[in-house]
Amino acid sequence: MTKKVKSSVGIVVVYVLLIIWALTTIYPIIWVIQNSFKAKDKILGNSFAMPVGELFTMANYRKAFKTVDVFGAYKSSLFISTMVALLVILLAGMGAYALARYKFRGSGLVYSLVVGAMMFPAFATVISVFQMEYAWGIANTSSWFLNMLSVILPQVAGNMAFAMVVLTGYIKGLPIELEEAAYMEGCNTFQIYYKVIMPLTKPSFATVAIFSFLWSYNDLFTQSFFLRRPDMYSITMMLNSISAKEGTDYGMMAAVVALIIVPVIIVYCCLQKYIIKGMIAGAVKG
Amino acid sequence: MGANIYRNKKPALVFLLPAFLFMIVFLYYPFIKNILNSFMEIKRLGVAGTKFNSPWYSNYVEMFQDPNVGTSIKNTLLMMLVTLIGQVGIAIVLALMVDNIGRGKGFFRTVFFFPIVISATALGLMFNLIFLYDKGMVNQILETLGKQNLTDWKAEGIALFTMMLPVMWQYVGFYFVILVTGLNNISDELYEAAKIDGATALQRVRYISIPLLHNVICTCSVLAVTGALKVFDLPWVMFPKGMPLKSTFLTGTYMYYHTMETKNVDYGAAIAVLIVVLGIVLAKVVNSIFREKDY
Repeated sequence: MTKKVKSSVGIVVVYVLLIIWALTTIYPIIWVIQNSFKAKDKILGNSFAMPVGELFTMANYRKAFKTVDVFGAYKSSLFISTMVALLVILLAGMGAYALARYKFRGSGLVYSLVVGAMMFPAFATVISVFQMEYAWGIANTSSWFLNMLSVILPQVAGNMAFAMVVLTGYIKGLPIELEEAAYMEGCNTFQIYYKVIMPLTKPSFATVAIFSFLWSYNDLFTQSFFLRRPDMYSITMMLNSISAKEGTDYGMMAAVVALIIVPVIIVYCCLQKYIIKGMIAGAVKG
Repeated sequence: MGANIYRNKKPALVFLLPAFLFMIVFLYYPFIKNILNSFMEIKRLGVAGTKFNSPWYSNYVEMFQDPNVGTSIKNTLLMMLVTLIGQVGIAIVLALMVDNIGRGKGFFRTVFFFPIVISATALGLMFNLIFLYDKGMVNQILETLGKQNLTDWKAEGIALFTMMLPVMWQYVGFYFVILVTGLNNISDELYEAAKIDGATALQRVRYISIPLLHNVICTCSVLAVTGALKVFDLPWVMFPKGMPLKSTFLTGTYMYYHTMETKNVDYGAAIAVLIVVLGIVLAKVVNSIFREKDY
């Protein structure tokens, strides 16, 4: 009897500790959202109060939309990240298929080159990539599309090696009998890839796409080199510049942060199973 | 039979070429070019260096004399310690606790993981608000708890703590999920047998969970240490340019500072080489400390 009481006390303590950590991840966000609805001067001393009645105002959001181009930033970020995710699965998928199925002289070396490419930190390549793209005339130009392209290319390369390693592992595990059957029916290897391998590899494509998308969407380092024109800012660049310029307008800062975080939370809640899987798989990336 | 399809090797080249071109052009070539850049004189980003520094290795000499390089290496090593003990340590405790409860496992998994999904830039702005001097959440909580004078969380001395705490906090959930997956792979029969033999919950954790989790903990430790070298966004947003008094530089933010702020691009390239060397050395050290065991 005493033992049972003791263990149920233990369980209560465990739950309390877990809930405390959960609060550290949830409450800061709630705090920011609730303060985004309060006037700048009302936040002082009232930051824990709910924004109801007298306290409630939309002024921060009005100012946020007036000072920064929120929709433009969303447009740039979504375009860049979608293109990065698509190009990565398209090119890495093909490469991974060849690595998984073809045995040729030097295929071991090729695979180690891929694994080696994962180890390059962005710090060590970004200056040279910028020089190269500047010489090509695609970096730091007035064309929106070329500027986006100048970010997309290095970000695709940065995710390529990781994606190939994950996809090669997955394709190796697929039963070769299906490919043999398709071959007997007269498919060539390109048709086999398109009709047999690609449909079967969908779950792994999803993992890789989610990771590449989120990594590119959240990246500030690479984007700050290539997206320096305010009219072409992505979300992270917009946040970085607004914090430098308007950092003292706490109400508006809270509103901008809320505008950026809330959509991500909604998407995360819907797709969390896949997102967690994708992010964990991406751990191997350098 | 399977080999028949793949006997003709020509398609392999078509499949591999695009991906490889990307890696050669945007990773391997720039990586080597960067080493060269670190010996050149480059005044503006985008313009290629035309002549070598005199002497050509002058950036590396400067690096040894630059006190900020020392500070940033020291801070980066501290960051590694924080990620190792803070992230992996807290994650182990949380994972063991979640493994021993009945209801709510899925909820805690979702909630603990979600800071990782949000960009570190947005989190940096959020923590700027939380650590504000006169209206911030932390100071208001301390005030209601009866603390008389406010703390300036961005002042010298405490700034490193204010910078590293959010970085640590963000990734706890990541290691938590890896560790919980590892715990799920431990067979229930072991716990049942120990229970019948009279082992308490704590003893089951000590003698079953922890030893069987050894390899997973090693993987997490390696990831945490190598991850600490890549930290950039959050420190740069919260403490741009190494504020206060250049005391919060990490190797990554210091490289960025010279490349983008002081326009000493070739010195930035040299620091990037230092980051790579540091990464290789640390990976070797960490891999030999946290070697995985075969059972």
